[in-house]
Amino acid sequence: MNALSTESIAARVREAVPEAEVELIPNKGPSGQDSLLIGAAKAVEIAAFLRDDPELRFDYASNVTGVDWPERVVKERVTATEEVDGETKEGKKVVETKIPGFLEAVYHLYSMERKHGPLVVRLRTGDRENNVTLPSLTPVYRGAEFQEREVYDLYGIRFDGHPDLRRLLMWENFADYPMRKDYTPPDDYEYEPTPHDAVLEKAKRHQADDGCGKGDPA
Amino acid sequence: MAVDEGLKSELSKQGVFVTNLRELHNWGHKNSLWPLQFGLACCAIEMISATMARYDLARFGAEIFRPSPRQADLLIVAGTVTKKMAPQVVRLYNQMADPKYVISMGACAISGGPFKEGYNVLKGIDRYIPVDVSIPGCPPRPEALLHALMNLQEKIQADQLGPEDQAETAECPVPEFGEHDLEPSKNPGVWHPPQIRRGE
Amino acid sequence: MNPPSETGSPSPNPAESPRYRTAGYDSDAQLLEVSLGPQHPSTHGVFRMNVALDGEDVVKLKPVFGYLHRNHEQIAEQVSYLGSMPYTDRLDYFCSLSNNWAYAAAVEKLAGIDVPERAEYIRVITSELTRLVNHTSFLGFMLSDMGAWGTVLMYAFREREKILDLFESLTGSRMMGNYMRFGGCRCDLPPGWLEQARKVVDGYPAFLDEMESLIATNEIVISRTQRIGRLPADKAVNGSMTGPCLRASGVNYDIRKVDRYGIYDRFEFRVPLGDHGDCYDRLMIRFLEMRETLKILRPALRDIPEGPVMDPKARQRNLRPPEGEAYARVEAPKGELGFYLISDASDKPYRYRVRPPSLINLTLLEDLCLGEKIADVMVILGTIDIVLGEVDR
Repeated sequence: MNALSTESIAARVREAVPEAEVELIPNKGPSGQDSLLIGAAKAVEIAAFLRDDPELRFDYASNVTGVDWPERVVKERVTATEEVDGETKEGKKVVETKIPGFLEAVYHLYSMERKHGPLVVRLRTGDRENNVTLPSLTPVYRGAEFQEREVYDLYGIRFDGHPDLRRLLMWENFADYPMRKDYTPPDDYEYEPTPHDAVLEKAKRHQADDGCGKGDPA
Repeated sequence: MAVDEGLKSELSKQGVFVTNLRELHNWGHKNSLWPLQFGLACCAIEMISATMARYDLARFGAEIFRPSPRQADLLIVAGTVTKKMAPQVVRLYNQMADPKYVISMGACAISGGPFKEGYNVLKGIDRYIPVDVSIPGCPPRPEALLHALMNLQEKIQADQLGPEDQAETAECPVPEFGEHDLEPSKNPGVWHPPQIRRGE
Repeated sequence: MNPPSETGSPSPNPAESPRYRTAGYDSDAQLLEVSLGPQHPSTHGVFRMNVALDGEDVVKLKPVFGYLHRNHEQIAEQVSYLGSMPYTDRLDYFCSLSNNWAYAAAVEKLAGIDVPERAEYIRVITSELTRLVNHTSFLGFMLSDMGAWGTVLMYAFREREKILDLFESLTGSRMMGNYMRFGGCRCDLPPGWLEQARKVVDGYPAFLDEMESLIATNEIVISRTQRIGRLPADKAVNGSMTGPCLRASGVNYDIRKVDRYGIYDRFEFRVPLGDHGDCYDRLMIRFLEMRETLKILRPALRDIPEGPVMDPKARQRNLRPPEGEAYARVEAPKGELGFYLISDASDKPYRYRVRPPSLINLTLLEDLCLGEKIADVMVILGTIDIVLGEVDR
């Protein structure tokens, strides 16, 4: 893998696919698996290029998954120079940036022919409610079929061009997207024989609500 | 006419076997249980182990696992019952022949176990069907299943064969898939949550 | 490497598949729709397929999942990193120790933790023993699906119990090991364990010979598996097939060789490959893999060094890996098992994802079954070797 840096792959993609939006997202952790954020408009072309290019040959989509990023505020400490009463002072300042929420589909690509990988490819939706459509990569990678269905089921990302986009794990008329961070499961905590803390809290909330199984209210 | 236990034991030493119809019936019944060949999750593997070479469930007269519920009278709920699977389990129970028994095997079948907090996990199969014997463990060892079977046999041995024991078991209502949860989320005719005492 | 494709390009629509046409399907004929499962003696649990039949020929097959969806990923995002370790046992409940390894490897990658040498050896030994357990049980269940009922399963479980005894004395549990930790293993081998393991490993070839003599040349096995459910190599790669099923189609891809994770570069073993990619190849490749596994186990049990089994610096409780993400994978007995973790520097993973080989290997199930008889569906499903705990998670 190391002969091909993620950066050089990004450059090759930009060269080969005109108007491709490719952005390198560095990974701060020790694993060092950087990823490529690609624009939805040309995603299928980019994937086809990654698969067919004789040097890259990322012919195997190993892992496809979704990630939910609700709206969040990132606090960053930056060193800033300020002029106070004619003197230049170096001080630390906390800068708050508001990042709007979005859903993300992450693909891990490997090459079985050339035995390198992984290449992490990310696609992002516009927001979390209305603008949740992404192009499906199933026409390029057949192996993504069920995994994209699972992402649709649990996160609610709609994949355009998927041959059979139905819920995979939950039943058909289930209304929620249960892996989203703001999902609340149905309240059926009437009786907890061996509760640990979190479950006990839920059970107490339930029993306070409707008094079911309250027994001795002392 | 009841025969006194001491006399019975004395007679058996002399080679005279005394019994009555009830005992004879229950003795035959308890040693010819036909479990349903039905596995849900991890516990099913231990259930299979219990029937295989080392543990050999057949010694207790319950070896004929039937693939069809119509031919079975013992449902071993071996594994996590999910909300998607719960209607099917209730249907299988309804289709079984009377008199029928249920063993709920493992923490998941009893209460949801380690997966209790999952949105798709039923918090105990006893919310929908009556359970005779519960086996704790995750998964229970095959010996535990043997023990549960012996407990069930004791229960069958005590069967009075009265009209209430001969009556057909009422059908349990099959829950339906709702938009957020199963509807209804429990069968109040079967499930009675134990009283919780708080503040003690 | 790639034999000429017999079935053409992958086509999700059965009507366009050449196989579908060769089945002689008449568009006026009446189709019979059958729901196989979720309660079926040969679906290995609660798996369901909606099958459309023209006579006995399969013209459409749609798997239905979710009957064992127990929210592993969601629960894992609510507990600490260590708290998910026992849950990984319950993914593929035949192979809990290789699941442990995959998860530990992902956290180690995420947090930058090293593993001592003795622990690496223990990991190799336990996960190769797991491979023996899995492939042995596979043979039993596979033949049971084919109509041999319990006979083969009896032989298989007899051997499985011997290895489970080893696991029990090592981890305290027959099936659910919960044994590996970030930066090593939970405890050292108990005294006498290595001798016991050697005894099991030395006895295994005799069992394999016995099993092979029962199965390999059996007339019924051959007529029910050869030329059934053929999978061409290019299609297998595009469909993300992994593990023995992929190698049965002739693709040389074994993660132990490709990634050389752990200490697999110290052992000499070969990667068995199939020629035809049919059910018979997928069945027999398990025998060959078990024999290669024994080639890894013998030197590993001989050369295992003394030393610590845990990295003393690695934190278990209250582990807070630095912000970032990691994807790690191992060659589990059923295919590529991967864990994808995103850390936001808190004590719980922000995103926890399991790449389940069983689910993804089923992607091509419909393609394999189209044009075959309904009775062959169970054989094909059996050779893919799935476990529902991992399919639905």
